[in-house]
Amino acid sequence: MKLANETNNNHSPGPVRDEWFQWKEKDLHKAESVSRPSLSYWQDAWKRLLKNKLAMMGLVFLVLLTFMAIFGPYMSKYDVGKIDLPNQYQPPSADHWFGTDSHGRDVFVRTWYGARISLFVGLMAALIDCVIGIVYGGISGFKGGRTDNVMMRIIEVLYGIPYLLVVILLLVVMGPSLTTIIVALTVTGWVGMARIVRGQVLQIKNYEFVLASRSFGTKSWRIIRKNLIPNTMGPIIVQLTLTVPSAIFAEAFLSFLGLGIQSPFASWGSMANDSLGAILSGNWWTLFFPAFFISFTMFAFNVLGDGLQDALDPKLRK
Amino acid sequence: MLKYIMKRLLIMVVTLWIIVTLTFVLMVSIPGSPLNEERGTTEQVQKNLESFYNLDKPYYVQYLLYIKSIATFDFGPSIKQPDRTVNDLLGNGFPISFELGMWTIIVAVISGIILGIIAALRHNGIVDYLAMTIAVLGISIPNFVLATLLIQQLAVNHPIFPPATWSSPMHMVLPIIALATGPMAIIARLTRSTMLEVLTQDYIKMARAKGLNPWKIIFKHALKNALMPVVTIMGTLLAGILTGTFVIEKIFAIPGMGRYFVESINQRDYPVIMGTTVFYSAFLIFALFLVDIAYGILDPRIKLHKKAGE
Repeated sequence: MKLANETNNNHSPGPVRDEWFQWKEKDLHKAESVSRPSLSYWQDAWKRLLKNKLAMMGLVFLVLLTFMAIFGPYMSKYDVGKIDLPNQYQPPSADHWFGTDSHGRDVFVRTWYGARISLFVGLMAALIDCVIGIVYGGISGFKGGRTDNVMMRIIEVLYGIPYLLVVILLLVVMGPSLTTIIVALTVTGWVGMARIVRGQVLQIKNYEFVLASRSFGTKSWRIIRKNLIPNTMGPIIVQLTLTVPSAIFAEAFLSFLGLGIQSPFASWGSMANDSLGAILSGNWWTLFFPAFFISFTMFAFNVLGDGLQDALDPKLRK
Repeated sequence: MLKYIMKRLLIMVVTLWIIVTLTFVLMVSIPGSPLNEERGTTEQVQKNLESFYNLDKPYYVQYLLYIKSIATFDFGPSIKQPDRTVNDLLGNGFPISFELGMWTIIVAVISGIILGIIAALRHNGIVDYLAMTIAVLGISIPNFVLATLLIQQLAVNHPIFPPATWSSPMHMVLPIIALATGPMAIIARLTRSTMLEVLTQDYIKMARAKGLNPWKIIFKHALKNALMPVVTIMGTLLAGILTGTFVIEKIFAIPGMGRYFVESINQRDYPVIMGTTVFYSAFLIFALFLVDIAYGILDPRIKLHKKAGE
């Protein structure tokens, strides 16, 4: 439009002349070719995730954290539970990289032990939630009708139960241990996943491609495996990246209250709890390292989850 | 609407019954008696104690007595502090916890919504990034870490606020900030994303085209719809704030219900654990029920949907 105006201003107004145009040969071989390489859903999502700097930062941090959680404790000569009272409250130095705590234990080693616990609890809780939630939500959404109705009523009742109270009750009964924490977190934790899977399945099973598949006589199980589950993967993964930090937080919270990981083993929550008094007397490093890593881990999972949510949503595709 | 309320009410009662029964089963299945730790007692004293707490009766009698105690709201005496009943503990602790929780919700909702609106109006601007950075940090930093930092910075290093207890408005500032930051961040993010969605709707464009005052558009037309998701997550937020009070009350030495709860767990004081669990659950479930009803009233689509379905 603008260009046309400019030409009008530069040249004298007149009819559009034929010599302004020229013929272009039509290439019949190229007519059907695709100019952009064809990307699968996952390739496209990965490409878009790569562009999200914050999410990539989170991913890199989590990879480094996993590495340190596995190998970190071997990098120092100190033992996780070794009490060395004469050396209590040593500030960070070449010897004790993160300093020592009230019992003279090395904070560097304990921080990576805490990372192990946190990542393990988070991943296990998320995985178990995921399996139960997919099976339950899948059946509920796929069967529909009365089955769905009954299964949803059960979920509604479970959803109302305040999960941390159940967790605390279970911890009182079973005694504090890693297994108890994971069991307790998953007893009611799978409900959120089941709801999401059900919603997705309900939506997708009415799409035309499922109908087409059905009209070819495909068995239900194959439809679930080939059509429904792959198409619900996006929301499942997003939910997964949000379950992990909430499980990590729950573990830290319980350990902070003295209900989680017990001494001599270290968890970020119990380390923060131990250093409550120490920080007031100026020994900041005892709180700083566990607090920093727990906050940054939650941050990393949150931004990664946000990034994945954007990347896996086909509607946002450019 | 009445049918909807009745349905929610029924679910509420079933949930509560499950929690009550679950609590009972868990407490009974703990090996040993809570009285085993009592030292220097003769066999007769032990027996008297057991009969006082009804521990010598068969399980089904204990269960019925337990249900009765809940129905009449009388949880009996504490085991570790025999001169106090569970009702005393609840009566002393609950008003304080309630006050802390209420202020937290008010602060979190107001500041979260304001932060979310500002971020949405300055979408992709510096203010937006700043507000969202605050929000992500608020979600990432656990409240016990924040509470400790606040005490260290604003009570010990720079003595502006008192570090602990709950006796004057100044005492309330730090615990409320520590507890409200997380929920505030969640509300801000939610308000921002729904606000961005609402602002692109046709009726907002229409209101703009009519030349309405921009503030009126935001507060009267957009915000009303943007707040629906905030109402939906209020139940979850309440649960989070409630459990958050356990930690905050412990750190700030606030004599609320959360502290009794944590203490009772560490001391294995079963009547107190049962009483507080049931009380907490009942409170939360009732709050969830209210949120559901409020949602049903506020969102006209729910009623329409129901009618179309019937």
